Amino acid sequence: MQPPVLRCYKEARTAFFLINANHTRMKKSTRIILAFAIILLIPLYFLPIWKIDLDAPQFPEGISMHIYIDKIGGSDPYTLENVNILNHYIGMREINPDDIPELIYMPYILGFLIVFGLATLLTNKRWMLYAWISLLLIAAVLAFYDFYLWEYDYGHNLDPNAPIKIPGMAYQPPLIGKKEMLNITAYSLPHTGGWFLVGSIFLIIIAVVNEFKSSFGKRGA
Amino acid sequence: MNRLNLNFRLKMLASAIFLSLFALACNNGGSQKGLAGSNTSSIAERVYVAPGEHDEYYAFMSGGFSGQLAVHGLPSGRLFKIIPVFSVDAEKGYGFNEETKPMLQTSHGFVPWDDSHHPELSQTDGAPDGRWIFINGNNTPRIARIDLTTFETVEIIEIPNSGGNHSSPFTTENTEYIVAGTRFSVPIPQEDFPIESYKDNFKGSLTFISVDPEDGDMDIAFQILVPGYDYDLAHSGKGPSHGWTFFSSYNTEEAYTLLESNASQKDKDFIAAVNWKKAEEYIKQGKYRTLPARYYDNSYSDETHSAKSELRTEVKVLIPSECPGLIYFLPTPKSPHGVDVDNTGEYIVGNGKLSADMAVHSFSKMLKAIENEDFVDNIDGIPVLNYESILAGIVTDMGLGPLHTEFDGKGYGYTSCFITSEIVKWEVATQKVVDRIPTYYSIGHLMIPGGDSRKPWGEYVVALNKITKDRYLPTGPELCQSAQLYDISGDKMELLLDFPTMGEPHYAQGLKADVIKDKQVRLYRLDENKHPYMAGKEQDARVERNGNEVHIYLTAIRSHFAPDNIEGIKVGDKVYWHVTNLEQAWDVPHGFAVMGARNAELLIMPGQTETLVWEPKEEGVFPFYCTDFCSALHQEMQGYVRVSAPNSNIPLRWWLADKMGNK
Repeated sequence: MQPPVLRCYKEARTAFFLINANHTRMKKSTRIILAFAIILLIPLYFLPIWKIDLDAPQFPEGISMHIYIDKIGGSDPYTLENVNILNHYIGMREINPDDIPELIYMPYILGFLIVFGLATLLTNKRWMLYAWISLLLIAAVLAFYDFYLWEYDYGHNLDPNAPIKIPGMAYQPPLIGKKEMLNITAYSLPHTGGWFLVGSIFLIIIAVVNEFKSSFGKRGA
Repeated sequence: MNRLNLNFRLKMLASAIFLSLFALACNNGGSQKGLAGSNTSSIAERVYVAPGEHDEYYAFMSGGFSGQLAVHGLPSGRLFKIIPVFSVDAEKGYGFNEETKPMLQTSHGFVPWDDSHHPELSQTDGAPDGRWIFINGNNTPRIARIDLTTFETVEIIEIPNSGGNHSSPFTTENTEYIVAGTRFSVPIPQEDFPIESYKDNFKGSLTFISVDPEDGDMDIAFQILVPGYDYDLAHSGKGPSHGWTFFSSYNTEEAYTLLESNASQKDKDFIAAVNWKKAEEYIKQGKYRTLPARYYDNSYSDETHSAKSELRTEVKVLIPSECPGLIYFLPTPKSPHGVDVDNTGEYIVGNGKLSADMAVHSFSKMLKAIENEDFVDNIDGIPVLNYESILAGIVTDMGLGPLHTEFDGKGYGYTSCFITSEIVKWEVATQKVVDRIPTYYSIGHLMIPGGDSRKPWGEYVVALNKITKDRYLPTGPELCQSAQLYDISGDKMELLLDFPTMGEPHYAQGLKADVIKDKQVRLYRLDENKHPYMAGKEQDARVERNGNEVHIYLTAIRSHFAPDNIEGIKVGDKVYWHVTNLEQAWDVPHGFAVMGARNAELLIMPGQTETLVWEPKEEGVFPFYCTDFCSALHQEMQGYVRVSAPNSNIPLRWWLADKMGNK
């Protein structure tokens, strides 16, 4: 019995070099799962992916800023404006969607990933599946890192003439989770679209495991 | 026999009045009057609304001689808002800013005050629907409509051919109409007559005002010319009696001096029953006369944030003698004040304020009497029905001075008795009194939420009292007016709470908070603001001169005005400050005040534009500032305007920090 890691490596090697081999095709169940994973990515064009909620006693209704793939919105049409009004007291730069190029090219990256998924489904190549999951995960990690950079930038590059200055204080929202800043508690969490993305990645991982099982099964037989 | 009986009753009445005054005078101690024997802490729990919790009901209390409408919560009695209606309100700039001045325009010119008596909620299928609330102006006859999504007065229509708009503005079952009867008869149309010619020349009018079901726009549909009595109150039929409206009257003696005695001679006056569906037919057939009249219809738009006044010049009038079946008189003892139709629509209660007993008419008997032409008289073409034939029964041991009745929807009426200071509960179908409870003191109207509709919420009754005497900490000669809350959910009424009210509360209306609380407007959208002088963003803020008129397009946002420095104004200029609140957030109004302004402040809701006129009389540099504590830097929200000599050549300049244009 070979250790699983070695099997993985061999499987990947086989998949890469022997692309026409019979056993590099995916199972029917895998392809069905993949179809669902692709469908789950489509709502990301319409639904907010991430949200930053600001809670304070004087905002009983809460302020919820929603990050879409191509815009910044909120729980009401005026959220961004009101967040900026709050932020100007501490000298945070105005959040202006026109300054954020990611909002322009993110839709294309998502489109590429969806097309890649469809190609995987149609060509029915197992290596394509592995490539796809790798690309998705890399994209997700990069997006997170980019989000962190923006948060850092807004939270640290403050106007020296701000009305309210507290030495040593930065206002970087949490990457994910909860953080208290002055009178405000900030929450940073996935929104509906984000959960669709998580669901899609989860399905693809199941698909990958499903394929692994089958290849182990064959070798073992 | 009858005569003797009447004399006896009058003596009874007189001694009872004396006794009640005596009791009032002696009853000057004790801190928990009305709660004797009760556990006050458990009662307190029943009106306690914990911090942050909401009341269960809205109560709309007329402001009486304040001219306004107050909004309270029940059961706590807390005051939320005073809605300016007929009186100017410097606090909100109402009647002072350019946008709302037209609301108070009348055929007599700008009238900055009135006496508001009866709020009335709009209804659908006979139940309060929370779209609008109407209220009458008694002195210079008018009716106002208040939008219950913004709690702002959005229309005021003047009632022509009327003197004293008291029996108003009671609604029909689907707010097809609200009505307005004249308390003081006058020459119609107005003319210079000797007062002694009252009987020949003075007339009353009963006005039906149509209400557009979509936008609420009020118009005078028609008026009915009636004998020169005092038409006191009204209520419309419901269910089976839908299509009829009833007006009480007194002074059928047609006295014009010392009315307290001369108008109290007859032992019966009339309730006028108007078949308004019949009136619609006559209008359709063209059987009306068109009379010239001058009256204003003023309406406010939430798009332009401005009001406009429109003069109307004629009115359709129906004459009873030309329109058989339009109106009947129901004889009712004696000088009836309120006329109240129970929630089933069958019983018409005539609250005969000078009678020891209270007559209850039956609508079905009334129809039968009309069918049988069971008439005892005919006055100016109005048949007078036979009293005995229409009577459902008499409440015999009613207190003294019954004024008004509301209903709980469970078969009981609750009548306010002014002279004996009490609420009397009686069974409507049998006219039997089942309970009574004192009020402190001298109750006028009373109100059960929905209590004049088909669907009362029969949980509480509110007493609206005329006198408070020792009930509160004294405040000099002028004491507060007050309301009292009673629980009527059980067999016995229970006093729960006293709370002060604004002005003198006459009638009130109430409804479950759920009906309107989720429909409240939180802000006005800037992109829908069609005010001609709005500045939608700071870049649009500017100053323009047109002769000696200067228009300042000012914007306000936390926490600055743009511009905040203005130069080039001259003594003799008429300066229009058009302030747009750029906020698009809930509960962020900005105020605006400029030194020496001889009108008022502005209080501008998010997304609104309002205008204050300022005419500086002397040279100098004057500050302006935000009056509504808007934010952490509210105190910094200020600016300066420089005023130069009339002949100076200081150019117009304006700026905010290093931004904005100079000129």
